[in-house]
Amino acid sequence: MTAAAADPMQSFIRSRWGWRDWLLTTDHKRIALLYLLSITGFFFIGGAAASLVRLELLTPKADLLGEEIYNRSFTLHGIIMVWFFLIPSIPAVFGNFLVPLMIGARDLAFPRLNLASWYIFIAGGLIVLSAIIWGGVDTGWTFYTPYSTTYANSAVVLVIAGIVVAGFSSILTGLNFIVTIHTMRAPGMGWMRLPLFVWSTYATSIILVLATPVLAIVTILVAIERIWTVGIFNPDLGGDPLLFQHLFWFYSHPAVYIMVLPSMGVVSEIIPCFARKPIFGYHFIAFSSIAIAVLGFLVWGHHMFVSGQSIYASLIFSILSFLVAIPSAIKVFNWTATLHKGTIHFRTPMLYALGFVGLFVLGGLTGLLLAATAVDIHVHDTYFIVAHFHYIMVGGAVMGYLAAVHFWWPKLSGRRYHEGLGIFSAILLFVGFNLTFFPQFILGYEGMPRRTASYAEEFQLLNVLSTAGASILGVGYVLPLIYLLWTLRKAPDAGPNPWGATGLEWSVSSPPPQENFAETPVITGPPYAYDTMSDPMNQEYVHG
Amino acid sequence: MAERGVARQFDDSGQKHAAATLGMWIFLAGEILFFGGMFIGYTVYRIRYPNAFHVGSEHLYLWIAVANTAILLTSSLFVALAHHAAGTDDSHKSQRLLSWTIALGLAFLVLKGLEYYLDYQERIVPVLAFDESAIEGAEASNVQLFLIFYFIMTGIHAVHVTVGVAVWTVLVLMIRRARSVVGYRNIVEMAGLYWHFVDVVWLFLLPLLYLLGAS
Ligand code: HEM
Ligand SMILES: [Cu+2]
Repeated sequence: MTAAAADPMQSFIRSRWGWRDWLLTTDHKRIALLYLLSITGFFFIGGAAASLVRLELLTPKADLLGEEIYNRSFTLHGIIMVWFFLIPSIPAVFGNFLVPLMIGARDLAFPRLNLASWYIFIAGGLIVLSAIIWGGVDTGWTFYTPYSTTYANSAVVLVIAGIVVAGFSSILTGLNFIVTIHTMRAPGMGWMRLPLFVWSTYATSIILVLATPVLAIVTILVAIERIWTVGIFNPDLGGDPLLFQHLFWFYSHPAVYIMVLPSMGVVSEIIPCFARKPIFGYHFIAFSSIAIAVLGFLVWGHHMFVSGQSIYASLIFSILSFLVAIPSAIKVFNWTATLHKGTIHFRTPMLYALGFVGLFVLGGLTGLLLAATAVDIHVHDTYFIVAHFHYIMVGGAVMGYLAAVHFWWPKLSGRRYHEGLGIFSAILLFVGFNLTFFPQFILGYEGMPRRTASYAEEFQLLNVLSTAGASILGVGYVLPLIYLLWTLRKAPDAGPNPWGATGLEWSVSSPPPQENFAETPVITGPPYAYDTMSDPMNQEYVHG
Repeated sequence: MAERGVARQFDDSGQKHAAATLGMWIFLAGEILFFGGMFIGYTVYRIRYPNAFHVGSEHLYLWIAVANTAILLTSSLFVALAHHAAGTDDSHKSQRLLSWTIALGLAFLVLKGLEYYLDYQERIVPVLAFDESAIEGAEASNVQLFLIFYFIMTGIHAVHVTVGVAVWTVLVLMIRRARSVVGYRNIVEMAGLYWHFVDVVWLFLLPLLYLLGAS
C-alpha cells in the first residue's frame, strides 16, 4: 500500500490507494471491484427481505409480519434482487473486469462514462433504499396498474425514480461494452476468436440498450399517472391497464436474458477449462447468444395469457416462446458434448458451472410447460411460477455468478481460496437450493397462490421444507463471503494462471497490471486451445 | 502506445472517432425505443378514440408548430454547416454558426412555452387547468387522454431540445477558450447527430399531434 510512483505494470490493486484513486478511478478493473462491493451489499439486503418472507411462510397464518409488511418485504426483495443485484451482477462486475482483458485492450472505450455508470447505479440504489423509510412499496416488482397508479398506498413514485435512474446506468454500461467489443479488439482478435464470455456480454448489452429505455418510459408514465391522477392506464378515464403490461414485459422478459446470458458465457469459459478440451460448437454457442437476445424480444406476451389478450396473440406468443428454447438447448447440448470424453476436474468453479447447467435445464423445461397456454392458465400466479423463475434466476444466474467469482477470484485478487471449503459450499448451495424451491413446484401445481402471507393448512409441510432449505441456502451464501475475504489476509499466491486456462486474461499477472498489457497482444489462433495446453491441475491439488 | 492527444485507452484518433460515432448511434437507438414507448401508447389510443383525438388536435396551435418546424430544420442546417466549417478548421465560422443554432433552439423553446401558455388560457391543460366545456364533439375524458400524450410527448421532446442547447452552449464556450475548433470536431459531430435526431422526432410529432386536426 505504498504510494509508489505510477508504474503502469504494477498490480491494479496495489497501485495508489488514496480515496480518489478508488472513488474517481477510471480503471475498468477498479470499477469492477466497486460494483462487486456494492452488489454484494444489495444481495444481502435483498436476502434479508427474502428471509422475512420465508419465515412468515413457515406457518399458514399471517402471524409474523402480517399481510401488509409481507407485501412490502417480497416487493423489496424482488426489486433489489432484480435491478440491484442480478442485472448488474455479471455484466457490471465481470464484464467490466474481463472484457478489455479478454480482447486485449487497455480499457473500455469510455472509461469516464463507465465510472459515471457506477455513480448513477449507486444513486438509484440509494433512492430505492430511502423508500424503505417511507414504508417501502407493496406493488410487487411488476408495478401492475391500476393497483400501482391508483390504489397502492406506498412510495411507488420514489422507487420508480430509483429504478429509472439505475436503468440509465444499465444503458450506459451496455453501450460501453458494445462499442468496446466493436472497436477495441487487439490485432488478430477477429469476431470468431472472441471468448464466448465476450459474445454473451455483447448479446446482453444489446438487450440492456434496447429494452431498458422502454422500462424507463413505462414506469415514468406510471409515475405521471400516479402524481397527477391522469388516465393513461386507468380504465375509468379511458386508459388501458393492458398497455402497461405490454410495455412492462417488453422490457422484463428480455431482462431475464440479461440475467441468464452472462452466466451462460461464464459456463462456456469454465467447462472447456475443467474438461481440458476445446469448446464443442463454438459458432453455435456464439450465435445462439445473439438468437436468444433477438427472440427474447418477441415473447413478452407469455406473461399475459390470462390478461384477456387476443387468443391469437397468445397462440403466437406461445409458439415464439417455444422457439426461444432452441438456442438455449443448443448451448446445453454443446456443453454436454464438450464434457464428452474430457478429462474432467471437479474443482469449485466447475461444480458451480455444472450446477448451473442442471438447474437451468429444470428452470428452462418448466418454462416450456408455462409457454403452453393450457398449463399456464392452471398455474399462473401460483408458486409454480415462483419456483420456475427462481430455478432460472437463482439456480441459473446466481450459480453462474458464483462460478465466475470462484473461477476469476485468483485473477482478481491474486490469491487462492480453500478448495475444500469451495467444494463444500457449492454442494451446500445445490442441496439448499433444491430443497427451497422444488417443493414450490408442487405447491404451485396444487394451487397455492403467490404473493400471500397466509395459505391453506395442507400446504404447510412443503412450506416448512422450503423454509428449511432456505436456511441451508443462507449458509451457502455466507460461507464464500467469509472464505473469500479470508484469502485477502492470508492465502497462497495464485500465480498468473492457476487453472491452466486459455484466454488473454490469464496471460498477465494476478492481479492484472494497471495497464493490462505491457504491449498490445497479437492473437494468432482460436480460443480454447486446450488440446495444446499442459494441465496444471493434474500435478497438484492445492489446499488453500 | 497511444497517439498523443488521444485518451490512453485508444491507439489513435481513428479508433477514437469510430468508438464515439458508434456510441452515439447506439445511444440514439436507445432513444428511439424510449420515444417508441410513447408512440405506441399514442397509437393505441388514437385507434381506439379516433374522433376524440381529432377534436383534441383541433385545439392545438398549428401555426406555432409550423413555425417551430421551420426553426428546428433551419437550426439543423446550421449544425451541418458548422460541422463542415469545423472540418476546414474555421473556428470563427463554426462558432458563429453554432451560435445561430443556439439562438434557434432557444426560439423554439420560447414559442413552445408560449403555446403552453395559450393552452393554459384556453383551459385545455389536464390537471392544471382543464375545462370540460371547452371541449365539444367528443367525450371529454378521451380528449383529455390525447392532451396528456400531447403534453408528455412535446414536454419530453422539449427537455431534449434544452439539453441540446446546453451542450451547444458549453461547446461554443470551449471552442472560444481554446481558440480552435480542431480538438472539438468529434464533439461537434456527435452533438450534431443528437440534434438531428431531436429534429427528426419533432417531424413525427408534427403530423401525429398537429396535422391530425388540421383540415
Ligand atoms: C438471489 C437471487 C434472487 C432473485 C433474483 C430473486 C427474485 C425474485 C423475484 C423477482 C420475486 C418476485 C417478487 C414479486 O413477486 O414481487 C421473488 C419472489 C420470492 N423470492 Fe426470490 N429471488 C432471489 C433469491 C431468493 C432466495 C434466496 C429466497 C429464499 C430464501 C427467495 C424467496 C422468494 C420467495 C418466497 C418469493 C415469493 C414471494 C411471493 O410472491 O409471495 N428468493 N424472488
Ligand atoms: Cu418471460
